[in-house]
Amino acid sequence: MSVAASGRPPILRIALSRDDLVMRAGVVLFALVLLVIVGLPLWSLLAKGFEDRDGKFVGLANYVAYFSTPALFDSALNSFHVAAVCTLVVVPLAFFYAYALTRTVLPARWLFQGISLIPIFAPSLLPGLALIYLFGNQGFFKGLLGGSIYGFDGIVIAQVFYCFPHATLILVTALATADARLYEAADALGASKLRVFFTVTLPGAKYGLISAALVVFTLVLTDFGIAKVIGGNFNVLATDVYKQVIGQQNFSMGAVVGMMLLAPAALAFLVDRLVQRKQVALLTARAVPLIPRPKFGRDLIFTAFCSLVSIGILGILGMAVWGSLIKYWPYNLSLTLGNYAFANFDAGGWSSYYHSLEMAAGAAIFGTTLMFVGAWLNEKTRGFVVMRGIVQFLAFLPMAVPGLVLGLGYIFFFNAPNNPLNFLYATMAILVINTTAHFYTVGHLTATTALKQIDPEFESVSASLKVPVWRTFARVTAPICLPAILDIGIYLFVNAMTTVSSVIFLYAPDTKLASVAAVNIEESGATAVAAALCIVIVITSAAVKALHVVADRLLLGRLQAWRRR
Amino acid sequence: MSPHLEVRNLSKRYGDFTALGDISLDIAEGEFVCFLGPSGCGKTTLLRAIAGLDPQSSGTIHQKGRDISALPPAKRDFGIVFQSYALFPNLTVTDNVGCGLVSRRLKRTDIVKRVDELLALVGLPDSGPKYPAQLSGGQQQRVALARALATSPGLLLLDEPLSALDARVRLRLRHEIKALQRTLGVTTIMVTHDQEEALTMADRIVVMNQGAIEQVGTPQEIYRHPATAFVADFVGSMNFLVGSLLAPDKLKVAGLTFDCPTQDGLATGGKVALCIRPEDVRVRDLPADVVNRVAVEVTELDFVGAFCRATLKVQGTDDVTMTADFSSNLIRDLGVELGRKLDVALPSDRLRVFAA
Repeated sequence: MSVAASGRPPILRIALSRDDLVMRAGVVLFALVLLVIVGLPLWSLLAKGFEDRDGKFVGLANYVAYFSTPALFDSALNSFHVAAVCTLVVVPLAFFYAYALTRTVLPARWLFQGISLIPIFAPSLLPGLALIYLFGNQGFFKGLLGGSIYGFDGIVIAQVFYCFPHATLILVTALATADARLYEAADALGASKLRVFFTVTLPGAKYGLISAALVVFTLVLTDFGIAKVIGGNFNVLATDVYKQVIGQQNFSMGAVVGMMLLAPAALAFLVDRLVQRKQVALLTARAVPLIPRPKFGRDLIFTAFCSLVSIGILGILGMAVWGSLIKYWPYNLSLTLGNYAFANFDAGGWSSYYHSLEMAAGAAIFGTTLMFVGAWLNEKTRGFVVMRGIVQFLAFLPMAVPGLVLGLGYIFFFNAPNNPLNFLYATMAILVINTTAHFYTVGHLTATTALKQIDPEFESVSASLKVPVWRTFARVTAPICLPAILDIGIYLFVNAMTTVSSVIFLYAPDTKLASVAAVNIEESGATAVAAALCIVIVITSAAVKALHVVADRLLLGRLQAWRRR
Repeated sequence: MSPHLEVRNLSKRYGDFTALGDISLDIAEGEFVCFLGPSGCGKTTLLRAIAGLDPQSSGTIHQKGRDISALPPAKRDFGIVFQSYALFPNLTVTDNVGCGLVSRRLKRTDIVKRVDELLALVGLPDSGPKYPAQLSGGQQQRVALARALATSPGLLLLDEPLSALDARVRLRLRHEIKALQRTLGVTTIMVTHDQEEALTMADRIVVMNQGAIEQVGTPQEIYRHPATAFVADFVGSMNFLVGSLLAPDKLKVAGLTFDCPTQDGLATGGKVALCIRPEDVRVRDLPADVVNRVAVEVTELDFVGAFCRATLKVQGTDDVTMTADFSSNLIRDLGVELGRKLDVALPSDRLRVFAA
């Protein structure tokens, strides 16, 4: 046997199996898809900001024009102002609500939890419409309000409604993972309740609070529907993009305003990622879950608090429902279903609703498939580190990109005459693709998390048994991940039903969606009809979600008998 | 007969860290070999390199004369069992075991027959329709074993297969796996950090430390004649008494002189460690002229069950102590108790000497 030679022998390169080749080809293909549906549209948007109306490169001229036009720059300040105020209102509200759900004994806890989620199923313009009924020029309580609801106050109230569930969900997660031993130790040391709250509870939820604040800030900053409906003359970035692009056909300036939206959203996302990275292993496997014990006074106070918040949410929803059923506000308050006969107000009639269903189902099927298969390819491919890194980046990108910005990028990219994908423009397909791209990150993360929870040795065992990877995928991996796959599908469906921002630039007359139709109808003054359309959307997405919950309990229980011990 | 597996100059590096340094090893056909070492010693890395799951940075591996160094796992001939079992939770036991057979395009009836045979072999003849979650840990591990053996691989790799089980089940499975391996005659490599497991199961043990092989030998060789201080310390209990070598067969510890087996490799006058296992310390029936007699005082007595482990302070020294295992009989017969002064002998043929 030869003695080890001096100097390092050449690095060994392992031959690729057929499985490896197939997987790598898959990763490359997947990267290309993401590049087309996310990367290139954003690139087009970026480039557009440096061109004049005729497409000539003009350097920073558009940006100079933007910052020297007070009307435009003021909207940026307005946007930040509104976003900051909403964050300060929503986060404490959501924190105490989440605290009540996780750390106190509430009667009918599930009901309070369910009510807190309602706004997720509504298009963002719904609270705007409800506020018009309540405090608008002919509103019920107009007298209570000093000034006009149109503007800053209206936006803030509607945004609080709209953002509340997002913050609550994050904070419930943050507060649910508590280690009971910490509280027992604090008790044993004789710490006061207040001290325990500030030294144990609050630090434990720190990352959740930061995350919730960033999410709310970004949501408010980038939301279009609310500012459109109830913003009045109070201009914000989101409505400016719309005005520049749809109103003035000034695409370059639209792109610049879009970048103004993108920058803070991307920054917030980046900060959130950095913060989340620190959170790992806060809760060890040995932690003892905290189960709240009844305590009369505290429970009473929190029940009252949650009831108030719930009444607020139900009140806004109820107002929209009632408004949609009223004949002629405020002069004839008799009830009618007439507002639901959409054909009388919009040439398309109910077709926009069917388009929405079609789009949501399409996004759920296409998007879920792409997200799950893509996440699987990226998780399970051996080696190929650089390419997988690129894919990971592209999959995370959409989270940082506001819908309006992505939609704008889609116009620039897909509508370019020299783009071979031009044929997709103004089709249902582009709406499906755009919605998939818009909500890509959450689906990708859900799939990745589910895949990471599976034993990493499944693939090793399969290789030793000469079972091709695709068979392991179809027979084992995908069935095990079925609950996560359903979650992604439902998430996409609900968001596709309610989204306005991205698709408002991309619909054609024969693919107009219900949420967009609601914006248009509201613009024409038929508030009740817009409310009716919103209610139809709420009912649909809530029903689909309810179906999901039932299916999860019954169907999965039967199909996945192997989960039982 | 040429070996089943020939590993030559295998290295694995992660950046500047060397996980495996220049490993060479032969494994004979039908042999049961254990890779033994503390966590992080590279034993699992070596196993995964042999499987092709985490390929080596350099070096070659031949299986039955075939160069498999650069082959992906699917092109190699092995079955593997993991600590986590890695059973497919959504497939029945039958489907788990038959999984590798289906991709071989065997006939349905042949598969059923083979699966029944394997389940009988691992002692779970009636568990076919069950799902893994309905089985105990030990049963799951047996199913994993049956699955790994289903395709009759030339090499069976076991990665800490018993670590996740409780002590009783572990003991029983040790014997079952060993018996099964003997019946089938399949060449087997098992990774473990449990020395008792390695000593009872292996034909040969490969003791590893910090990415290198410390010693390869039968369990008896490893235990009786540890080649390095590390092996002496890691396998079994060992007393280390530091002193210096006076002559090739004499050494001195804290003023006392001991006879030892002749040392060729160590320099006279050098600092050495004198090693003896606790059970090799003699107490009974010492002849008057016994070599290496030491006067000691019992300073601690730990009851371990079948025997007591005594800590003995060597008389006439400040702090030289050693441990010795005394049977219950001996303790009764000699009236051993705390503070009792005794004479013990360190038989010179049981002494090991290492450079310190």
